[in-house]
This record gives sequence, structure tokens and C-alpha cells, in this order.
Amino acid sequence: MTETIGSPILEAPAATGAHDQHMILNMGPQHPSMHGVLRLVVEIDGEIVVRLYPEIGYLHTGIEKTCEAKFYQQVVPLTDRIDYLSPMANNLCYCLAVERLLGLEIPEKAQWLRVLLAELTRLNSHLIWLGTHAMDIGALTVFLYCFREREEILRIFDGLSGQRMMTSYFRIGGLSMEPPLDFHDRVQQFIKTFPEKIDEYSNLLTGNPIFRNRLQGVGILSAKDAIALGVTGPNMRGSGVDFDLRRDMPYSGYEKFQFKVPIATEGDCWARYEIRLQEMRESVGIIQQALDGMPEGPITADAPKIVLPDREKMKTQMEALIHHFKIVTEGFAVPAGEVYQGIESPRGQMGYYIVSDGTAKPYRVHFRNPSFATLQALETMCKGRMLADVVAVVGSIDIVLGEIDR
Amino acid sequence: MSETLLSKAAVLERLPEHPAVKAILAWKPEALVDAKFDRGELTLTIAAEEIRSAAATVQSAGYNFFEDVTAVDWFPSSPRFQLSYHILSHIYKERIRLRVLLDSDAPAVESITPVWPSANFYEREVFDLFGINFEGHPNLRRIMMPDDWQGHPLRKDYPVEGYR
Repeated sequence: MTETIGSPILEAPAATGAHDQHMILNMGPQHPSMHGVLRLVVEIDGEIVVRLYPEIGYLHTGIEKTCEAKFYQQVVPLTDRIDYLSPMANNLCYCLAVERLLGLEIPEKAQWLRVLLAELTRLNSHLIWLGTHAMDIGALTVFLYCFREREEILRIFDGLSGQRMMTSYFRIGGLSMEPPLDFHDRVQQFIKTFPEKIDEYSNLLTGNPIFRNRLQGVGILSAKDAIALGVTGPNMRGSGVDFDLRRDMPYSGYEKFQFKVPIATEGDCWARYEIRLQEMRESVGIIQQALDGMPEGPITADAPKIVLPDREKMKTQMEALIHHFKIVTEGFAVPAGEVYQGIESPRGQMGYYIVSDGTAKPYRVHFRNPSFATLQALETMCKGRMLADVVAVVGSIDIVLGEIDR
Repeated sequence: MSETLLSKAAVLERLPEHPAVKAILAWKPEALVDAKFDRGELTLTIAAEEIRSAAATVQSAGYNFFEDVTAVDWFPSSPRFQLSYHILSHIYKERIRLRVLLDSDAPAVESITPVWPSANFYEREVFDLFGINFEGHPNLRRIMMPDDWQGHPLRKDYPVEGYR
């Protein structure tokens, strides 16, 4: 297995004896089923994949280097743009890491809202995965249905933060502003009808013989390979590894919520499909618990030198105005040290490693993004299968190129 | 545990039963250069030439999942580079950090891909952006930058503006 992610494919081996020469095929970087700018170099024998080599870096923007030149609070909008389909998960991971460096306590209401929003983001991300995955297989209807529901989530985000996708709603020390008055009702309305919508997708796909035949037994990844190749999240749980950071190493108050972690043992595309559908149902349960038990109180920590003051206070109180001015112009110093914060993002285990040298700018920020590691397992999953199965497998592992290249 | 232990002696005194510490001491006590426990995270500094064996040791001690490796450039201080390996245990439900310090001229370290194949892309990334060599890596090529790129962008002495 170590050699499977070894040498690049530069030219096809010459024909030997009665065998035809293998062919080299480039899929991407511009290809409708590659979910961004992923280039796969595939060596094929007829229609059978012999080797596969992912070539990445087309979307590399050097976000880690950019972070080193920004104040801590200015990094939050950059994290949105890493995994642009689940901005809140990135915000959450970054804020938790900096808060641990600062030793900051976050009020309970902010924690519960963060959990609620992280789960809404999971729904948002899984909806895009389901829609595009089904579309790759040829079931176009589901794509339109998924985007109908996703639109409602984006409208909720819009009402909350003023942005549909790059929300930047989380702040170091809490949240940027109180949610609007109709927030509770809109989320309640959405999750009341959403389980029926999942049934609707399931009715279109689960019993569909074409969809089933394209996924069952395709792209098999064993539990041993999943751990050896660094695969996390729903892909790992589809291979039978029972581990979820939300349950096993809880953060941001996840220990107060009841939910199941779906597991399947087959390790094929079908297992990953079923797990994500069940995860959506569990997320709905978590959102309902968060709505029902939402505590009262402030949404930011009591730390005037770190959290920007209210607009109201800034306009009326001298002290607040000074704090506002100091934070915006000079940032705030973070004690020296290093922290690695892991969370369970929609795609798997995300980790932010932040090294501080005691100044107002991070000395080093590193993002461990789940898709980057998952991509290493692609060859193991596709080897010996038909070329058309590559499309099904790439769809089923749910990668986002923004977080692979960063 | 919320206290902070900043020296090797303090860690060995307070956490002698920690599975990773125990395994490393049982294997080769002199490979453990330094240790600290800060903000709930255990950091073990390993002698640079021993990292592959140390990774294999903690792997058999129950730290079964390799999460991440990255580097920090402490330019201009010496030793200049720090490698941080983050390793997770599905059994103990916790994480440790192995740390390796490297000097600035021709920094190189053994690759841990024989222990965890998942380190492949991560080590390529560190090679690409920091210029640290990983001996025994099956495919040590640039991963983010173009193949003919000059320099290593995440180094602190890499110019961020003007002509290069």
C-alpha cells in the first residue's frame, strides 16, 4: 500500500508480449466530475484502472503564509475561504484554538449557538455532497431538490451574518452579533420539515437500481487502510472505525448533546452514502436539542481587550471607544505557546495548529484539513475498477479542493 | 489535568504512567530530549535521528492514528526548524505531539511513511514549503508549488513582496 501513493505517472509502460500498451488519461483539472481543480493522472488497461496519481496545487493561495501577516482577529475571514462549503466549521476550529491559547471562557449561549450553526453547516455541506454525487451518477433531480433545501440554510445564514457563504460569524471570544429575532422560528421551521426531505432523497436514490449498482461494492476501503492512509470522518466510519471527535473528544459543549454516530462496515461508496444520510438525521436532532435548551445570557466573553464592544457602547462610553481603537489598530497579544485544536468537520477531522510568540500576530498557523489526507486513499479505492467508477468514488469521498490546496 | 509542566523532570515526575511517556522510556530514555505539558497537550521532544523509531514506538503503545506533521521556522534563532507531529489515539481518546528540532544547514530527517503511509502528502508539503528533506520518502516532490519553483515560501526569510 505504501507504494500506491508513490511515484508519479509520467509515461505509459511499453507494450509487452500479447498485452496492449496501457494508456495514460488526464482527468481534470477542468473536468465536471472533479469537484474543483483536481487533476488525476490515470493509467488504464482498456477500461481498468492500473494506477492513479492525484496532482494538486492548482488552487494554492498560501493562506498559511497570509495568516502570519494578519492580526489574530483578521484571520477569521480567511478561514471561511479554506473550505468554502462549510465556513462555520473552519471559523469554529480557529476560534476554539485561539481561545485555548488565550485561556478564554466562552459563555454557554455562544457555545450552544456555535454547535447549532456547526450542525447547520454540516447539513449544508452534506446537501451539496449528495446533490453533486447523485448528479455525477446521473440522477439530476436530486441535485435540484438538495439545492432547494440548501437555499433555505443559506437564507438563514444571510439573516444571521449578512453573508450567504463567507459568513465570518464567529469571533474570538464568542459571536459577532445577536441572532435576529426570527432566527429561532426559521431554524425550527426548517428542521421540522427537513427529515421528510431526507426521506424524499432516499426514496429517489436508495431504491434506485442504477444508483445502487453504481455504488455497491465500489471503492472499497478497509478499516486498516483507512487508518493507515489518514482517512477521517464519514469515510472512515463507513469502513467500520467507530470514532467521532464530537463524541469522543468533545469541544464547545458537544458533551451536553445526545446523538448517535452511524457506523457501517462495508467500506464501499454505498456505506458512505448511507452514513451521510443518517448523519443528516442526527444533525437535525442536535439542532432541535440546541433550540429547545438554548440558555440565556451574553454571546461574547467578558474580555474587553479581546472582544470588540457593541456599537452602542462604543458610541457612548469612552472606555469602550478606546478598547475598540486599540483592538482594531494594534490587535491583542496572545501568550506564547502552541495549540492543536481538532474538530469534526462535515468532511472529517479538521485540526488547526497555532504557534504564538506572544505578539498580536500568529507566528505560524497550520490547517490539517480532512480532504487532503482522504485524497491519498483514492488510488487504493479505485485500483482494479472501471474508469467510470473513479467518478463514483471521487463523488463519494466528498473532497473540496479549496481545503486541499489552501 | 489543567496544570502546566514545563520541564522534562516535571513531566516524568507527574506523568510517569502516561502510555506514550512510558513506552518511550521503556524503549530508549536518551531519545527523549525534552518534554512539556501545556494547555492540556503533551509535547515530547525527540532526538532528530530517532523520530522514525519513536513513531513506531508510540504507534505500538496505542497512538494509532497519525493526524498531521508540519514545521515551524524559528529564523534567525538556532536550531532553526521545529517539526511537530500530531498523533491521535483512538483508544485513549487523546493526542500527543512529537517535536523534532533541526539545524538550518541542509535540514533532513527520516521519513515516517514506513510507519504511517498517511504522512506521505504531509511530508511532501513540508518539503515543498520549508525545504526540509525526508530520507526514505517514496516520492519527495513539490506538492503545492510548481516543480520548477525556486525557494520555500513558508520560510521566514522568504520575501513576501518585491522582486525575488
